[in-house]
Amino acid sequence: MFDALSTKLTGAFSSLRSRGKLSTTDIENTCAEIKAALLESDVALSVVDSFIDLIREKSLAALPTLQSGSNQAQAIFEIVNAELIEILGGAARRVRLAKNPPTVIMLAGLQGAGKTTLAGKLAKFYLDQGNTPLLVASDLQRPNAVTQLQVVGESVGVPVFAPEPGNGVGNPVKVAEQALAFAKSKLHNMVIVDTAGRLGVDQELMQQAIDIRDAVKPDEILFVVDAMIGQDAVRTAKAFQDGVGFDGVVLTKLDGDARGGAALSIAKLTGLPIMFSSNGEKLTDFDIFYPERMASRILGMGDVATLAEQAKKALDTDSSAKLEEKFARGDDFTLEDFLEQLEAMSKMGSMSKLLGMLPGAGAMKKQIDNFDESEIVRTKSIVQSMTPLERQDPKVLNGSRRARIALGAGRKVQDVNALVDKFSAAQKMMRQMRNGGGMPPAMAQSMGMPAGMGAGPMGVKKGQAPSKKKSKSGNPAKRAAEERG
Amino acid sequence: MGIFSKFVAKLKGQSTADPLDWKVLEEELLAADIGPTLTAEIIKSAQSLKGDDALASLTNILKSHLSTKSRELSVASDVRAILVVGVNGTGKTTSVAKLANLIHSFNSSVMLAAADTFRAAAVNQLQTWGERIGVPVISGKDGAEPASVAFDAAIAAKEAAVKFLIIDTAGRLHNKNDLMAELGKIRRVIEKTLPISEVLLVIDATTGQNGIAQAKIFAEAVDVTGLIVTKLDGSARGGIALAIESALDIPIKFIGTGEGERDFAPFDPERYLNGLVND
Ligand SMILES: Nc1nc2c(ncn2[C@@H]2O[C@H](COP(=O)(O)OP(=O)(O)OP(=O)(O)O)[C@@H](O)[C@H]2O)c(=O)[nH]1
Ligand SMILES: [Mg+2]
Repeated sequence: MFDALSTKLTGAFSSLRSRGKLSTTDIENTCAEIKAALLESDVALSVVDSFIDLIREKSLAALPTLQSGSNQAQAIFEIVNAELIEILGGAARRVRLAKNPPTVIMLAGLQGAGKTTLAGKLAKFYLDQGNTPLLVASDLQRPNAVTQLQVVGESVGVPVFAPEPGNGVGNPVKVAEQALAFAKSKLHNMVIVDTAGRLGVDQELMQQAIDIRDAVKPDEILFVVDAMIGQDAVRTAKAFQDGVGFDGVVLTKLDGDARGGAALSIAKLTGLPIMFSSNGEKLTDFDIFYPERMASRILGMGDVATLAEQAKKALDTDSSAKLEEKFARGDDFTLEDFLEQLEAMSKMGSMSKLLGMLPGAGAMKKQIDNFDESEIVRTKSIVQSMTPLERQDPKVLNGSRRARIALGAGRKVQDVNALVDKFSAAQKMMRQMRNGGGMPPAMAQSMGMPAGMGAGPMGVKKGQAPSKKKSKSGNPAKRAAEERG
Repeated sequence: MGIFSKFVAKLKGQSTADPLDWKVLEEELLAADIGPTLTAEIIKSAQSLKGDDALASLTNILKSHLSTKSRELSVASDVRAILVVGVNGTGKTTSVAKLANLIHSFNSSVMLAAADTFRAAAVNQLQTWGERIGVPVISGKDGAEPASVAFDAAIAAKEAAVKFLIIDTAGRLHNKNDLMAELGKIRRVIEKTLPISEVLLVIDATTGQNGIAQAKIFAEAVDVTGLIVTKLDGSARGGIALAIESALDIPIKFIGTGEGERDFAPFDPERYLNGLVND
């Protein structure tokens, strides 16, 4: 696709690594590459310039202490990494809880940043820690923002204070004020105020935010910002800081593939901590912000921690446990399993994004870019058009069955043939694998993954269950399915 | 917007620009989210500029990066189905309402379909808009399949013989395969009844370089025919839209400049470029 920051940085560092003793020119060149890369990931120009100055200065200072032949590139890399973490997480802290409850958290940000969803996520996060949050519908502007918050509140089991219908009716300042009194009387120990989206340049609406702030005196004002934002991040963050003011930042939509350079700009420019990250549409897709992870993502080290978490979430333990159990029993790997695995994989989101999170993925960019994601969708539609019997035992697939499947899936018979061949090969390899060791690379490839990337999302541990038992229909469930076939 | 104002002011009366001036120009372009690639291209072609005709030449250079495709809504069929797509929170639902209002104001008949059955209260949001602008909204039951809502809406639009059917869809990040596949499905079921006349991708003006990936992948999935750039009433300059036009040849068709139904207009390239170069 196009050069991501990690690719460029990985390139810059690997050319350093292959060098002998570093010169000042090497450092100059590396700085230029880092600059280009940061710009492409939307870090604000002014922030890029000062960051590069710092890196140059620190690298030059370190130069004399670096032994020829030692890990010079590593040393420079560490300077960059440390600096990124320093800026991203320098001011890290937790939400301040009020000495006299309730703790009041107010959300502010541009239209469409994701405040309402975030309000629900925050409420769930604190509810799960034993708090008694109250959500407050002070976005009376956007059509049905109040209804949205009510639905969100209901789904996380948190009450919503919404005395006004919204859609332009009601006074958001009054609502916030009343909410505070209500929370005190009902002994809620936390109040989360959702507000309407507003532009930094909109004086009138900024004043309204200030009025809400003055009415509820929040312990924390969180500035909610979309990770996809570009250069405007600095202007807008500044306008909110000078206007309503804020104490911390929340990055949303981090499940996208934006590099999130704005995080660096905002942290650097405001000196305020990024406190949470929001990374999905489900109300549990939320976490505290980890500066190291963000720095790694930026540096092409791969965000392994997040990958592992996403994989765990996607492969619901049920299906991977089931597969492991099957393996232990010595049952065969079926199309049914194949489909389940494919579904788990597509649940995890884009393969290329996932692969991009792996360490060293920058160097594998070509393969990753060539990975055909629609393959999974096609395969799925074919398998879904099969009867249970056909899924269990593809041997029954004669010409007329194949024609029916092709019709059902809206594919050609050749596509069905190709899939069956692929699956047979995979099955054969699964059997071999059971007899010894991990997933062979060819297996990974037949599942549609680039070589060297196997085993990851498969949910099958290496070398597991070397049972030799051959089975086609030893399992009652399977037999039943066959009879239904 | 005045991206070039400083630069042009310096250039006037001089025969050539000095290196410092180029840096200023580069900074202005980058700050507008035009992106490093297109910025480099523009600078390169601008480097032959001479003082007095600088203004006209800059306009021409920018013009050469705009798409030459039509910016009008296609009216190829009797009932024109317009699919509105984009990532979360860009302003799809609002734009659907604004576009319907614009069509309605020309006394053309229009119907809306609430095919965002996913986000909390998204259907209500569109219904509220429908009431506000006096346009019928087709919606399904709670948790209905978006494709089935779209299918029903296409039939309803055909039966009612309206001129336009505009379909609002759920926001989705372009790197989520299953959601992109769902969009393809929505498209296909509509096409069983009505030809799709436009697929409009909504781009938030604050978007950075990720906008290119968004446009590229949405275009692959549903063959985007035009862009709506929203939130141009803020401080963001929306240069990413120019970068998308230039890289993918997808024309900007409309712009959004506020939260009201009238804060919307067909995109006027001449005015846009003049705005960039002059004030
Ligand atoms: N200032 C301004 N705000 C806008 C504009 N267009 C939309 N908005 C606001 O942006 C917010 C999100 O708009 P929606 O239309 O709900 O966005 P969406 O893309 O449908 O959102 P999802 O369906 O949740 O993905 C709302 O608060 C709108 O009022 C615009 O041109 N200018
Ligand atoms: Mg919407």
